[in-house]
Amino acid sequence: MERVKLNTGEALVPALRALYERSGYSRYKMSKFEEYDLYVRNKDFLVSDSVITFTDTNGRLMALKPDVTLSIVKNSKDTPGFAQKVYYQENVYRISKGTASFKEIEQVGLECMGDLDAYCIFEVLSLACESLRMISPDAVLDLSHLGIVSALLDDLSQPPEVNEQLLKCLGEKNPHELRRICAENGVVPEKTARLVALAETYGPPAQVLQALDALDPPMPDRAPLDALRTLVGWFDGTPYAGMLRLDFSVVSAMKYYNGVVFKGFVPGVPESILSGGQYDHLMKKLHRASGAIGFAMYLDLLERFDRCDPYDVDTVLLYDETADLNGLMAAVAGLQADGCAVSAQRTLPEKFRARRVLQYKDGEVIPVE
Amino acid sequence: MNDMLNVALPKGRLGEKAYAMMETAGFPCPAIKENNRKLIFENEAVGVRYFWVKPSDVAIYVERGAADVGIVGKDILLEYAPEVYELLDLQMGKCRMAVAAKEDFHDDRRRTLVVATKFTRIAQDYYASLGRDIDIIHLNGSIELAPILGLSDVIVDIVETGTTLRENHLIPIETIVPISARLIANKAAFKFKNEKIEAIVQSMAKQLEEKA
Repeated sequence: MERVKLNTGEALVPALRALYERSGYSRYKMSKFEEYDLYVRNKDFLVSDSVITFTDTNGRLMALKPDVTLSIVKNSKDTPGFAQKVYYQENVYRISKGTASFKEIEQVGLECMGDLDAYCIFEVLSLACESLRMISPDAVLDLSHLGIVSALLDDLSQPPEVNEQLLKCLGEKNPHELRRICAENGVVPEKTARLVALAETYGPPAQVLQALDALDPPMPDRAPLDALRTLVGWFDGTPYAGMLRLDFSVVSAMKYYNGVVFKGFVPGVPESILSGGQYDHLMKKLHRASGAIGFAMYLDLLERFDRCDPYDVDTVLLYDETADLNGLMAAVAGLQADGCAVSAQRTLPEKFRARRVLQYKDGEVIPVE
Repeated sequence: MNDMLNVALPKGRLGEKAYAMMETAGFPCPAIKENNRKLIFENEAVGVRYFWVKPSDVAIYVERGAADVGIVGKDILLEYAPEVYELLDLQMGKCRMAVAAKEDFHDDRRRTLVVATKFTRIAQDYYASLGRDIDIIHLNGSIELAPILGLSDVIVDIVETGTTLRENHLIPIETIVPISARLIANKAAFKFKNEKIEAIVQSMAKQLEEKA
């Protein structure tokens, strides 16, 4: 088959699908629509509250999918000792922040649901790293562990609305507002300092873990910190070790997520292009006894990664009414054989840009000045 | 990868003060002090590029990655809620977001309160936290006129010295939130230009400590 000029996102999809299939993840194809009720019951899990709805012919209120994970989890089954591994390539419909209007977003992602063990988590994180590396060798994966964050918040014994404000500040790496909220709510300075340290710390795992070990007073619950240490330890000696950063500003809805949460970044794209985490709480809410971890990649963001092509076509071949059509067709085929994309035209519109312009005249192809 | 650090400065006195702090932090760009109408200034030797933008646009430049870091008022952050890191309170450009009304204003809680403001989200969030039903009128300027002409009961606006309010026979009746300039960073730039950004944060924090 001939080579088609693909942008980064288009070229990435088959490579990602091959990667996931090699790892035993099977394609999960789904309908564009879902009953709206599913999103109403789990609206905090969604990135935005707004959903495009319509009434189906049977009177049911349906929605254009704003999220893929909920639909997959809804159809999962608990099987002891087994994890269902699926990947998807779907469009979701969400509000675009800039225009406040709906946007179709192409997502590729995977979910590992069931009797999760350490290997499942390691595998999903490794696949996230490899997916990012396919875009850029300089990509980074920021990791956090919600167990660490919730242990610190629990230790402050604040009401949920204050915890929500503190989480927002943590997500903004906002030390001054953290201090203000803590002071207003009577949190002792030592505990405030520990929370601020968590917000400010960022870097390779060894460096960050060392800083967290040195905290005084120490972390109230060491178990999640040790779990994170073990997790990053698995990556020692892998090609992904250098990509990992610890960053506790990665905070996802704690009502649904637990354990490790992560975001991926590539140079040239101003926001995270990959987002994922362990969401056992969502599974529980949907009456599943098992756990789950997964991630999604937002391929629409890769448009920013590609440079604008300054030309509409490689070559324009101009001809006039007197041209012999068989000869013209042969001339086009000859140029195509050289690897050019050729557009045969009688005139060249003012704003149409071609890398070069040729003319077919008297059976010859000649350059046009 | 572009290794230059792109800095969005708000046009005006606040931007000039912020630049002075950046200069002390080791990111000078003498060309910026030239009196001309240029908008972009570079110092390749230290790897920094500054640009002047409208203060309310700084957060957009940073959120969308055109700037790696920027200096912006807390009012803009609260109003537009951009997805950025808010790294430091620069303790300058201090003022407050307040509710103001005519001197003889009486809050009749049996009525829906009519609020005129440029800061719709801040006003909505504030009154939602009080459980108060309001009707918001979005205005782009001369907000003080609204209660005087009976367009609104109160206004929500930035109050610096209160002179404009006094001259129009208005008084601040409630402070919603104190405002000051903040150093913000693009989330992806924070990963890929981390050393430079951390150096700026640390130097600016030190400058603020010394000043205090």
